[in-house]
Amino acid sequence: MPIKTYRDALNEALHQEFERDERVFILGEDVSGGQAGSAGVVDAAGGIFGVTKDLVNKFGVDRVIDTPISESAIIGAANGAALAGMRPIAELMFADFIGVSMDQIFNQLAKFRYMFGGKTTCPVVVRLPTGAGMNMAAQHSQTMYQMMTSVPGLKVVMPSNAYDAKGLLISAIRDDDPVLFFEHKGLYNDKCEVPDEPYTVPIGEADMPREGDDVTVVAFSRSVKFAIKVIDKLAEEGITCDLVDPRSSSPLDEETILESVEATGRLVVVDESPPRCGLTADIAAMVASKGFASLKAPIEQVSAPHTPVPFARELERAYVPGPAHIEAAIRKTLA
Amino acid sequence: MDKDKLLRAYSQLKTIREFEERLNVEIATGEIAGFTHLYAGQEAVAVGVCESLDDKDYIVSTHRGHGHCIAKGGDVIDMMKEIYGSTEGLCKGKGGSMHIADFDRGILGANGIVGGGPPLAVGAAIAIKQRGDKNVAVSFSGDGSSNQGTVFEAMNLAVVLQVPSVFVFENNGYGEHTGADYAVGGDLLKRTEGFGMPVFTADGADFFSVYDATQKAIEHANAGNGPSAIYAECPRYFGHYVGDPQNYRSKEELKDIRENQDCLKIFRAKVIADQSLSEAELNSADEEVMKLIDDAVTAARAAPRPVAADVLEDVYINY
Ligand SMILES: Cc1ncc(C[n+]2csc(CCOP(=O)(O)OP(=O)(O)O)c2C)c(N)n1
Ligand SMILES: [Mg+2]
Repeated sequence: MPIKTYRDALNEALHQEFERDERVFILGEDVSGGQAGSAGVVDAAGGIFGVTKDLVNKFGVDRVIDTPISESAIIGAANGAALAGMRPIAELMFADFIGVSMDQIFNQLAKFRYMFGGKTTCPVVVRLPTGAGMNMAAQHSQTMYQMMTSVPGLKVVMPSNAYDAKGLLISAIRDDDPVLFFEHKGLYNDKCEVPDEPYTVPIGEADMPREGDDVTVVAFSRSVKFAIKVIDKLAEEGITCDLVDPRSSSPLDEETILESVEATGRLVVVDESPPRCGLTADIAAMVASKGFASLKAPIEQVSAPHTPVPFARELERAYVPGPAHIEAAIRKTLA
Repeated sequence: MDKDKLLRAYSQLKTIREFEERLNVEIATGEIAGFTHLYAGQEAVAVGVCESLDDKDYIVSTHRGHGHCIAKGGDVIDMMKEIYGSTEGLCKGKGGSMHIADFDRGILGANGIVGGGPPLAVGAAIAIKQRGDKNVAVSFSGDGSSNQGTVFEAMNLAVVLQVPSVFVFENNGYGEHTGADYAVGGDLLKRTEGFGMPVFTADGADFFSVYDATQKAIEHANAGNGPSAIYAECPRYFGHYVGDPQNYRSKEELKDIRENQDCLKIFRAKVIADQSLSEAELNSADEEVMKLIDDAVTAARAAPRPVAADVLEDVYINY
């Protein structure tokens, strides 16, 4: 099977879905790039992370819409187009810019179906480059998905590898509900086997990239990559772990997590977001109330600290929960 | 303008230019983390505006903030230390290039959120008005930034409240990879006037033109007439960020703006022609600047680094 990057897998998903359904279009800042530039070319950017590359050349400026820097209008226009029967994909250049467009996301997009008595659908996908690791400081490095998970009406997806990235994006585009799709910036260059043909990965079904007996590790997004590293290392010592990658925090595959904890009796939850009201706390609470009887040790939560994301290399490194933090937590549950 | 003031303005222009040129070189070494947006080419706007201000006036800057901060009196060495991520930097290495602030100098921060600044400047202008001070609060925005709803809201609020804000629009032709002629609907200048305030137009490559426009904006505010705007077209010499391949711009454009829209050349030509400064005086100012930039880089390289525990500091005052 061909090996592709996370970035290219996403790009391929977009190309294939644009091909399949004429109602699919994308809008965002520099999704093409180069409009009115002196070089006279479009597709000068193809998205600042290159995910929308070449779309404009194939599908034209009507379906690959470069917008002014106006995040409220980007999400609002996607919402309106969806209410009017289209299948829009909105790209925010960084997930942090949810801040600028918050009303359109959580008072509008998330609410329509319920508030209007189930009479409408709003099939918008919002693509959101996410996370720390590029030393971009407090306003360009946040995960944001933990906040969005608390909003009823939104689906929240965060692929951890290139295979899932393609399959989940295709599912998100075909989904009739609104989906916030979080792409970790630190994963764009990661590679794995990705089929050429279109395929879906169901939203709400966890993946289990590692299986073992001693500890259940639940991790999201880029933390999955760090967890794999640690788990493979510990396996050499004879410590084996289940690794659950829920792939979406809303809906959440509680069953897979609970089944695993039932077998191992120990749980470590890892996420790059700050700890309060976040995903680690959410899953720890769920397992504490639904799987308490299986637990042989206190649940360990590995998260970022309750601080904004700092700039300097030393500081950002200390901020992001990495392999060392995960390893310490696994050992603690076994102590 | 007297000689000292002229020489100071020139030094500021040159300091910003060399600060940015040097960063462009140093970033290639890999020593500086993150993304850096250079201001080179636009110096006349920052210096033209800030030479009319003092420490009690406020500015709110952008992601492309080095020039605004230097022009407003930010310490060049402490800025460089911040960009290198040292604990001795202006923000202790927490903010970096995109978030330099110096509250003692009225610099309310460079802002990584495009369009985040203008509402803050309106707030600072409310504070000025309530205290009965004769100062102004200036926001800098790009052509791209001018399309944010927050900017429209800020302008309208300032007009409604008649506060002493000055909205500076620096049109450098691009917002990231997209041309202003595409992204700005209608006419930026007329659009701004439409809010009910005067817009003073300036040549963004000419310090004197921007300085004059700023004097008018300040007179307007001091006379109790509320907000105004300054509109300046200016060149951006580097890419959007250091490392930007600039596929959207022609090589000719890059060459042309360096040759024909260089605020340093334009300044020198003017002051030499009217004999207000001599070539020798300008050259010796250049030498001082080069030394300052060297010192700043040397100091920043040697400055203390943060440790992991620093992550937890400065989130709250009391918690
Ligand atoms: C809310 C928000 N949207 C998008 C960005 C990404 N971004 C950073 S700078 C920039 C372009 C800004 O253009 P302009 O206002 O013209 O300023 P210039 O870069 O030309 O100085 C964009 C889109 C951002 N930082 N914040
Ligand atoms: Mg611009």
